Amino acid sequence: MEERLLVILPHPDDESFGAAGLIALKRKANVPVTYACCTLGEMGRSMGKPLIANRETLKDIRKKELEQVAKILNINDLRMLGYRDKTLEFEDEEKLADHFEQIIREVKPTLLVTFYPGYAVHPDHNACGEAVIRAVKRLKREERPTVYCIAFSNDRFEHIGEPDVEIDISEVADIKIQALKAHRSQTYSIVEKIEEGGKDLPQFQQFFHKETFWIYPFDDEK
Amino acid sequence: MKPIDPIRVQKIIDSFLHKEVYIHLETTTGAYTSHHNQNSMTIVAFVRNAKITFSQGKIKGTGPYRVGLKTEEGWVYAEGLTDYTVDEQNRLLMAGHDRDGKLAIALQISETPFS
Repeated sequence: MEERLLVILPHPDDESFGAAGLIALKRKANVPVTYACCTLGEMGRSMGKPLIANRETLKDIRKKELEQVAKILNINDLRMLGYRDKTLEFEDEEKLADHFEQIIREVKPTLLVTFYPGYAVHPDHNACGEAVIRAVKRLKREERPTVYCIAFSNDRFEHIGEPDVEIDISEVADIKIQALKAHRSQTYSIVEKIEEGGKDLPQFQQFFHKETFWIYPFDDEK
Repeated sequence: MKPIDPIRVQKIIDSFLHKEVYIHLETTTGAYTSHHNQNSMTIVAFVRNAKITFSQGKIKGTGPYRVGLKTEEGWVYAEGLTDYTVDEQNRLLMAGHDRDGKLAIALQISETPFS
């Protein structure tokens, strides 16, 4: 079967922190990538230093940043789903899953990346992951993509163990840095640190050398 | 946005007196506060497009500033405001930012709903 990657995440920049390396590697291998980004991160807290955004202009600024990042990562198909930042968990779960199911059935991914429900810290992350899993469960087993989940809650290892997949992203680390930098309104303080100490600082090892994922264990596939 | 000039902001607040206005009121510690420090709580609240009318509105303090709006049946209050702007839609946007440019509080007043 022809390989296709679908990424469903809630905020512009989630893809750059969690999966830019994987996306860049897949694009290098000419695998089509669709990115469905649920919100525009319009409730983000970072407004720039000096201030470049306010609560009302942040939406358009982050939209432009996301479009720029899609170019940097060479994403073929960028979709902005139009939900509002911080509100995903309060949407009707079934309707959100309907929306994701429709995208999954259309794109027919072999690999899907989302957040691990319950282990992704931000309520939007968890709600997004939960609805994606709900949507994938509706597919017949043989139609389901492999689901790579991003988890970073402090209790993740205790509950879901070590990651199942560790990808060496060194060869595309520069693309990941470019993508992070392009989300300038949100990443300026991190970018500052990277530029001071370089990408080899211990806290950035994970960022620029490897990406890790947990494969979602569907109960009925055990 | 630019640093609050209280005399200027007071005049703008007065321009909304006795009118039906929409407010956006928000405060946030950031969604990752308790993730990064388990002794801290993540606190976020926002109200977007509450329709109010105020009969008195003041900006007080020496910076960061406080704004109180006296409504027909209650109050709207915000503390910690540092910056403001009036945008092209004549909306008064006020916010409090920390040293890293992160928004901690916002109070915005508009004659039309926020999108």
